[in-house]
Amino acid sequence: MAAESAQERWRRLFNKEALRPGTFATMSGIPLAPVYGPSDGEFPGNYPYTRGVHASMYRTKLWTMRMFAGFGIATDTNARFREIIRAGGTGLSTAFDMPTLLGLDSDDPMSLGEVGRCGVAIDTLADVRDLFAGIDLSNITTSMTINSPAAVMLALFVAQAEESGVARARLGGTLQNDILKEYQAQKEFVFPPRQSMRLVRDTIAFTAAEMPKWNSISVSGYHIREAGSTAVEELAFTLANGFAYVELAREAGLSVDAVAPRLSFFFNAHIDFFEEIAKYRAARRLWAKWMREHYHATEERSWQLRFHTQTAGVSLTAQQPEINIARTAIEALAGVLGGTQSLHTNSMDEALALPSEKAARIALRTQQIIAHETNVANVADPLGGSWFVEELTDEMEREAEVIFALIGKMGEGSMLEGCVRGIEENWFQGRIADSAYELERSFNSGERVIVGVSDFLEGNDDTDLATLRITNEDERKQRARLQQVRLERDTVKVQEALHRLRLEAGDPSVNLMPALIDAAKAYATVGEMMSALADVFGRYVEVPSL
Amino acid sequence: MNTRVLVAKVGLDGHDRGIKVVARLLRDAGMEVVYTGLFQTPETVAVAAIQEDVDVVGLSMLSGAHMTLAPLVVQALRERGSEIPVVLGGIVPPQDLDELRELGIAAVFGPGASAEEIVSTISGIVAHST
Repeated sequence: MAAESAQERWRRLFNKEALRPGTFATMSGIPLAPVYGPSDGEFPGNYPYTRGVHASMYRTKLWTMRMFAGFGIATDTNARFREIIRAGGTGLSTAFDMPTLLGLDSDDPMSLGEVGRCGVAIDTLADVRDLFAGIDLSNITTSMTINSPAAVMLALFVAQAEESGVARARLGGTLQNDILKEYQAQKEFVFPPRQSMRLVRDTIAFTAAEMPKWNSISVSGYHIREAGSTAVEELAFTLANGFAYVELAREAGLSVDAVAPRLSFFFNAHIDFFEEIAKYRAARRLWAKWMREHYHATEERSWQLRFHTQTAGVSLTAQQPEINIARTAIEALAGVLGGTQSLHTNSMDEALALPSEKAARIALRTQQIIAHETNVANVADPLGGSWFVEELTDEMEREAEVIFALIGKMGEGSMLEGCVRGIEENWFQGRIADSAYELERSFNSGERVIVGVSDFLEGNDDTDLATLRITNEDERKQRARLQQVRLERDTVKVQEALHRLRLEAGDPSVNLMPALIDAAKAYATVGEMMSALADVFGRYVEVPSL
Repeated sequence: MNTRVLVAKVGLDGHDRGIKVVARLLRDAGMEVVYTGLFQTPETVAVAAIQEDVDVVGLSMLSGAHMTLAPLVVQALRERGSEIPVVLGGIVPPQDLDELRELGIAAVFGPGASAEEIVSTISGIVAHST
């Protein structure tokens, strides 16, 4: 029997998929094929997946409109979550406040002025319970954007779900848990890199064994780009970090095929439209090749790079904030044409404050217009075959390979070691800062234009947009809530749980998740659990460099 | 003598793109720049500013804590007998501007402030205060 051609294979896979209701034709009535291209070319759903990971792409299921939200105390964010679900959002993504992201309690002196400001404040199981009250966790997937305390937050989430009668095996969602990019870009670190990687390893192993529907890491280029990298650097650093996590899991005795399908990715959608689309296409192809050829993954799911996209916060202007709606729409369209699995669209007011409810709704509506009015979701990889986009895809792939080679060299053949050394030697941080500076100079020299900032200034005086106000009242309320929990809990149980956590942290052969879940159930605070770990792991201090 | 600037990140905000870019732009303009690193308190910033004998302190804050923390930096300096002016850059809603000025912040730079605007404003503040 002759081998199945790529086209035949695509056809077979496509025919197996259910299709969403809809008219797959243009407004003039011209019928649309699910994909276009030469019969001997690449097809979506086929290795190396340049054209998409699924054969039917958005004809089966539109991307998940996953809106990132979180502010104030848990009950405030719970209300916003319910509003998102009512408005047609299909996934949740939790933004935590700075103290929570850095593993500090709301009553820690360093938390002053930061509680509930740029995300929701979570101190104990009581807050997690309020956060998800009335939301069916077995039915909606939840993404938690947290890194240094990711294992602690996973423990709290599991504890809360089990308390409300949902078994951990039924929980679907994603933990960001990408600690490498914290040292490289986002700078929300607590422990030194190698100790942090122990916690990442424990979450990978725990979810692989006990939470089959959970994505253990969202390998994130978003923050690398927001911190100032180029698109090529975002692509290469992110995939290199992904390789590092695969190697970490392998060291822990897991096969590539046990871990790779649980990694998802998270990319930026910046304003350079075609470069972004080429970036997503190159990312899929590079990941597939590296998983198959370099790490010898044998399962297709391991080769398939699935990703979330967020429009670029740094592209938003404080001047004439309403025009950010247009920027975000263009960026979101790039994500969709690039085949994203889920999407967050920024709100127009985010260069000024956290989004107001109205601004967040308009951002979601932007996605709905792309999904339901524009017809762009009917054909997979609509720009595939464009001479320009194909060449740009190839060039980004080549440039990323050059960076992989540099990282591999730093690690003497190990991407894991290369990523950690690159952090310790300030290599990633330095490159990102250099790229940010070069871009800023091109704005300042007038070589690049930003509408409303360097040109087209008429309307800049119009500043009547109503923004969300977060008062210090939330900080006071959250401290009172925490105080109440501290009074009501069984202190002996808390101390015992923290003691066990310290002991087990000292033994690298132990998985820390069970001890963390017990501590969460005993109402130990995020700050207490993180301090107990820091007693053993130490704390990371970044050497300042310009 | 060259203008000396201490640029600082106070509180828990790790967004350091802006502060690093601005530091380099100030250097390009001939100023001497000292960077404190992340996670400083108002006290550590005040002590560093006095020790380094700078002409101006530049804070970078994108986490929304500016109304609490920026005035505390001014206060920590004044308590130590220093009159070093403090400027602020970051995500600052327009309705906060008047109150920040009343609390002693000499200038606020929002997103999109140009290198020219930052350099000339800082130069003006330093000329005025010495």
